[in-house]
Amino acid sequence: MTAAVDKPHSHGAVVPESSRAEWFTSFDVNAFEVPSGREEIWRFTPMKRLAGLHTGVEATGSATVEVDAPAEVTVETVERGDARLGAAGTPADRVAAQAYSSFTAATVLTVAKETQASAPVLVTVTGPGAGQVAYGHLQVRAERFAEAVVVLDHRGSGVYADNVEFVLADGAKLTVVSIQDWADDAVHVSAQHASIGRDALLRHTVVTLGGDLVRVSPTAAFADKGGEVELNGLYFADAGQHFEHRTFVDHSQANCTSNVVYKGALQGNDAHTVWIGDVLIRAAAEGTQTYELNRNLLLTDGARADSVPNLEIETGEIAGAGHASATGRFDDEQLFYLQARGIPEDQARRLVVRGFFHELLMKIQVPEVRERLEAAIEAELEAVGV
Amino acid sequence: MATLEIKDLHVSVATDDGAKEILKGVDLTVKAGETHAIMGPNGSGKSTLSYAVAGHPKYEVTSGSVTLDGENVLEMSVDERARAGLFLAMQYPVEVPGVSMSNFLRTAATAVRGEAPKLRTWVKEVKAAMSELEIDPAFAERSVNEGFSGGEKKRHEILQLALLSPKIAILDETDSGLDVDALRVVSDGVNRFKASGETGVLLITHYTRILRHITPDFVHVFAGGRIVESGGSELANVLEAEGYVKYTGAQEAAGV
Ligand SMILES: Nc1ncnc2c1ncn2[C@@H]1O[C@H](COP(=O)(O)OP(=O)(O)OP(=O)(O)O)[C@@H](O)[C@H]1O
Ligand SMILES: [Mg+2]
Repeated sequence: MTAAVDKPHSHGAVVPESSRAEWFTSFDVNAFEVPSGREEIWRFTPMKRLAGLHTGVEATGSATVEVDAPAEVTVETVERGDARLGAAGTPADRVAAQAYSSFTAATVLTVAKETQASAPVLVTVTGPGAGQVAYGHLQVRAERFAEAVVVLDHRGSGVYADNVEFVLADGAKLTVVSIQDWADDAVHVSAQHASIGRDALLRHTVVTLGGDLVRVSPTAAFADKGGEVELNGLYFADAGQHFEHRTFVDHSQANCTSNVVYKGALQGNDAHTVWIGDVLIRAAAEGTQTYELNRNLLLTDGARADSVPNLEIETGEIAGAGHASATGRFDDEQLFYLQARGIPEDQARRLVVRGFFHELLMKIQVPEVRERLEAAIEAELEAVGV
Repeated sequence: MATLEIKDLHVSVATDDGAKEILKGVDLTVKAGETHAIMGPNGSGKSTLSYAVAGHPKYEVTSGSVTLDGENVLEMSVDERARAGLFLAMQYPVEVPGVSMSNFLRTAATAVRGEAPKLRTWVKEVKAAMSELEIDPAFAERSVNEGFSGGEKKRHEILQLALLSPKIAILDETDSGLDVDALRVVSDGVNRFKASGETGVLLITHYTRILRHITPDFVHVFAGGRIVESGGSELANVLEAEGYVKYTGAQEAAGV
């Protein structure tokens, strides 16, 4: 590992004060109190920069949603109240509930049963513009044995809160890449809910590169046995940016597998990232296999990465559960080794950072997206002369 | 003709209790065409010497000088030293996750040679060097040293030696962790590197077994942070028979 300062987590993950099993959820914003920022789920978030998303700010504009989908995928724009909405999960915090209570139209993408989408579905969400506020809703439905790749590309300016749902029926295979490459002013709070059917597989990757405050909360719940989920994340925070990722895997069914890998690099003053990795293995979830990992690479002074794995286990009959978390600077030994072979320091640093993200980039099976991310990482490194 | 000249070298490391002097006046000259063996007990400072010459940031040179062909090595950055023609085969090669061996080798060769090697000849060159060291070509796609066995790491250090062709090579316990076959393969690699007669080798070892494959012109006994005795290859046999007791004992006595 590249981290020089490994935070010891060998004593076991932090067990949260209140069990995830008892978290309050509701579609109604008024069911939630206005958070002060001291609550466990908000304590890392700079509330002042939320632009009122937590205090009930009304929409002043709307985000543009463009969908580029192959013929096998049905694209609909539906009204609030469409019976299918909300199937993948219920908001678990006030901003998600605000988004659910406030959106005017939702986009629903459906991959019909036993159909394989012939090309990735590209959903481009452009923010409402600087100073504007918008709410959104998107649902992706993969019917029985359907297979598809969906890329969500968030860009532009403004304040945006949304719920994204992934409903995977039995045997479906869905790959999702959610890219947050916002302009510097943007605020984005996204609750992403996945419901995973019997033997279904979700590969979900979050990539956060730009924005003033980005908070993405992916939640995966198993609807039946044998499901598998990968929650991957890659983030690169610059000076002043706050990127927060809260993953939650709810193991309530037997013989399901989850794997969470989030990696981030930070550079510049007050670059701040947060990763909270909740895993709940309920009593019924025998034969669960789960692992979660978060690594952060601090490229400069003045940056801060918080990393909290939370593992709750209510049954002894599991196949395996583990976690690791580490935050550190460049490993001087790696730099020394590369330099001792004649490689100049700046180039050696770049090799180490690229190597750090390599495992995650390889998991992104959409070549265009992978290339774009590689280029984005190069550009980030170029910017500080790392 | 390449010459590495180390004069009265004093080196400290920072510890919790302040700086601790480890090298206490090392004098050594290695010329092209020569092979020097340094033998000494654990903790005597052999690796410290090699790291200090390579420029590891943890080791502070407090006095003395190191020059390569008259150029002040101590003023050079780590990578400049490597490009000037110094090479250190490390006792514990470092793992670099996510960086493939082939990318690493090509980047290093480009840096050391001053231009990117032509792709076609480079592929052949690497293949040939790997097969001489009996390294499976599949290693090229693996991350640098990650999950390699001790012996595999050492072979790859010699692979880098072969591809970067430095003027002076310091081999820090390259023999440790090698079985009999690997020792032969690796020694052959070092001997090929020496064959031109235009390169110098400083071979650090505990044991004489590698010296049966690679014949040293000079043997130095290292104890207490300095060279305490020098001789020809026959000195290795004396050490083999008598061990280091004489020197460590002397050091303790001197310390009282
Ligand atoms: N960073 C450090 N902090 C404290 N002591 C150190 C540090 N690095 C080296 N030393 C000490 O310096 C001495 C010399 O170490 P060095 O690794 O150079 O010995 P060596 O001769 O190579 O030993 P070996 O034969 O075991 O490889 C040892 O006592 C070691 O503990
Ligand atoms: Mg040593």
